[in-house]
Amino acid sequence: MELKSILEVLLFTSQKPLSPTELRDVLNRAADEEGAEEHVKALRKTPPEDIVAALETLASEHDAAARSYRLVCVAGSWQFVTQPEYAPWLRSFLGVKARPSRLSAPALETLAIIAYRQPITRAEIEQIRGVAVDGVMGTLKERNLVVEAGRADVIGRPMQFATGPAFLEYFGLPNLDGLPAADELRRIPVQRPEALLTVDNHLATAPAEPTQQELPVDTVDPSVNAPEATVEVPPAEPPAPAS
Amino acid sequence: MSEYRVQFEVFEGPLDLLLHLVKKQEVDIYQVNLLRIATEFVTYIEQMRELDLEIAGEFVVMAATLLYIKSRELLPVDKQVAVAVEDEDTEDPRWELIRRLVEYKKFKDAAARLQERESLMDSIYEHRPARPELTAPEPVRREAASVFDLVNAVATILKRYNERTDVREIQADPYTVSEKIDYLRQLSVGRPRFPFSELFASARSRAEVVVTFLALLELIRMKLFIAVQTEQFGEIEVALAPTPPPGSVPTPSESAADGTIPVDSLPPQSPPADIVEPTPARAPDQLPEANPVGSDTETPQTA
Repeated sequence: MELKSILEVLLFTSQKPLSPTELRDVLNRAADEEGAEEHVKALRKTPPEDIVAALETLASEHDAAARSYRLVCVAGSWQFVTQPEYAPWLRSFLGVKARPSRLSAPALETLAIIAYRQPITRAEIEQIRGVAVDGVMGTLKERNLVVEAGRADVIGRPMQFATGPAFLEYFGLPNLDGLPAADELRRIPVQRPEALLTVDNHLATAPAEPTQQELPVDTVDPSVNAPEATVEVPPAEPPAPAS
Repeated sequence: MSEYRVQFEVFEGPLDLLLHLVKKQEVDIYQVNLLRIATEFVTYIEQMRELDLEIAGEFVVMAATLLYIKSRELLPVDKQVAVAVEDEDTEDPRWELIRRLVEYKKFKDAAARLQERESLMDSIYEHRPARPELTAPEPVRREAASVFDLVNAVATILKRYNERTDVREIQADPYTVSEKIDYLRQLSVGRPRFPFSELFASARSRAEVVVTFLALLELIRMKLFIAVQTEQFGEIEVALAPTPPPGSVPTPSESAADGTIPVDSLPPQSPPADIVEPTPARAPDQLPEANPVGSDTETPQTA
């Protein structure tokens, strides 16, 4: 019997999402039962990484089968969920899901910056957004989407912020690495083009050759041009969402 | 007053407005005409003032930056302040502005993706089966009977013999612990489990019960037997220990001296705090000779 099938049946009958640790505990308990058969005993002390690998295989198999439901990981715990396109029938059958009110655009922007750059100070957030964020920070903290995460080791020791326990669950994300385009946003490389700015042609600084203006940024060879201006972000350990 | 109601887009901040103006130019953010943007930005702010909207300080700062950039552009190249090309990265205000715009744009896009996920979550239903009406998997689980359980059980059995011991006679006690150990081991031959009460079925006196019980404790201590109680208040069962360690079994005589029950002889569910000195060793008060090695077993000690 394959490990993934055992995990599948456990998740299928579970009343709550199960973490790899919880699944391993079930395997161990079954192996410790009196009179457990050899193949049950054999799964005792299955390494968690094997369980995660089996779950990922299982999830991709479900995706490939294109069923109306799939296996997902939310905040480190695995569960079966329905595909979103079946919502109209489920809404009518089960009712509308109880969810907190939608976040405003400023709140989402602020939250996105915190999510990708955590831990981050309020001043750094405001630097990126160009506006004060006091109001939305209150909302985000109240909803546990954002928590305080110690003080920065700079002058004034300002408070830093990170995503809170509700963040991954609210957006149905497996972990902080599961954020879309995480690599790009943690450290945004901004290539400085050779011909920096185009201006009105009648102005003094207009480039002599119009062709240069149209030079697409992408084709600029980074090796011969101005150094990359990057926004460096230390690969901060994302704080574990409190469970 | 409908004529005063103006369609006026509200922006999050100056960067949001700038992005909007860049988008209107329909060019790459790096190739945007900053001068035109600067003009449009200032026009927008003037509109805000005409509409008596409160203008946030950030907009004013941004307008100042844009006007500074514009003023620089108006000078002929050779008259411009030498913005050293060497350390262009930090010095050029145009570049700094573009860099901020790009960064802001990326996070705005990220926020849009979060918003998509937010609304998507409304459409995803979790699989949550109701708990099946099944008996919990408890019966299979064996609970180690603690010393207290055993003592209570033997106390119940001892009650049966109370009335018979009215007449006191001094006589040599015919029972010994080692003899009873042999008896119990014979009893277990071919039977992996048997009820606790069966141990004492043939006991004729209170003394014999006590000695048999001490023999049982001794066997548990030697890891040859285990005592299990499969359900609360259920009958205690005595079973052969699953795998008696062949080499390390202490001899009955030396093991009887300390009278403790090893913790690891019990299944792991047993809380270790339960393992204490067997209190029934007090019974030998009445039977001083019944348990020649049990005299020092009264010292309570937790394992």
